[in-house]
Amino acid sequence: MTTRQAFWRGYLDCAPFILIVVPYSMLFGVVARDAGLDILQTMSMSVLVIAGASQFTALALLQDQAPVFIALFAALAVNLRMAMYSAALVPHLGHARLGTRALMAYLMVDQAFAVAVKTYEDRPEMTPDTKVAYYFGAMMLICPIWYACTLLGAILGQAIPESWSLDFAVPVCFIALTAPLLRSLSHVVAALTSCAMAIAFAWVPWSLGLFIAAIIAMIVGAQTELFIRRRKVCAP
Amino acid sequence: MIDDTTFWLLTIALGLGTFAIRFSFLGLLGGRELPEWALLHLRYVGVAVFPALFTPLVLWPDATSGDMDPVRIIAAIAAFLVGLRGSVIGAIIAGMGTFYALTIIL
Repeated sequence: MTTRQAFWRGYLDCAPFILIVVPYSMLFGVVARDAGLDILQTMSMSVLVIAGASQFTALALLQDQAPVFIALFAALAVNLRMAMYSAALVPHLGHARLGTRALMAYLMVDQAFAVAVKTYEDRPEMTPDTKVAYYFGAMMLICPIWYACTLLGAILGQAIPESWSLDFAVPVCFIALTAPLLRSLSHVVAALTSCAMAIAFAWVPWSLGLFIAAIIAMIVGAQTELFIRRRKVCAP
Repeated sequence: MIDDTTFWLLTIALGLGTFAIRFSFLGLLGGRELPEWALLHLRYVGVAVFPALFTPLVLWPDATSGDMDPVRIIAAIAAFLVGLRGSVIGAIIAGMGTFYALTIIL
């Protein structure tokens, strides 16, 4: 495979995700305008951050009159998962030049990451150069669509009538992102804990209940995993 | 309404912070391994944060001034059940589809 072929391969392999990135980014544009941001602000956020879930989180909390630092920490917490992506990419892309790695870091988005790592694992014969090309191919499909459709949503947003209840698409997106993560019993336990704790701590001001719920759920998930592992070890 | 200073402060800090997270290992830490306890907890970030975000949005939506709405709850369950089969797009279609269908019927 030449680097050119690898680039286009990555581009095509990410194509199915257009179906999700288009509505998701448009929705961000719509929701942001609804929250009172102007077009420049909406676009700045999408370009500077390119991480939908955290953008929705920050916006929802700001609208809720939460203090800035709460909104910031919650949004960063949502993005912490990308530290794992960053670590997972090192064996495949760590050889690239610093500037290239910085660009790759900026472009790191969930769907393209998932596709890239799966391909690297399925095709160990790929050379370091083709891996880099493949990565850029994957990201180059997703990112421009992310910007363009945010803009489209921001422009068209005002025209979408309230009766469409697009606000409901926000929780639906989060549900859709959560469900495939429930790979094991301990993940399910963590998610259920998170739901229960979010309800139990809903009274806490400034959305701090979100943190309490997330931290408890993480600990419960981790402990459940350890518990299951110990039982496996002890079982005859 | 979100005031301008608050917005820019948040956006710039979030942009820088998010880049730092993405750049962390790939850019600076190289092949260094995270400690086992950190990896263990990081595996649960998604499932710990997302449900805590969507649960209140489903149960007490702003659009109904915080009143519970059975249509939204049923639609959320539909999205979740389809999502369990691994399809993100399917979950979104099921959630919004159920929501609109029930809104029209009821």
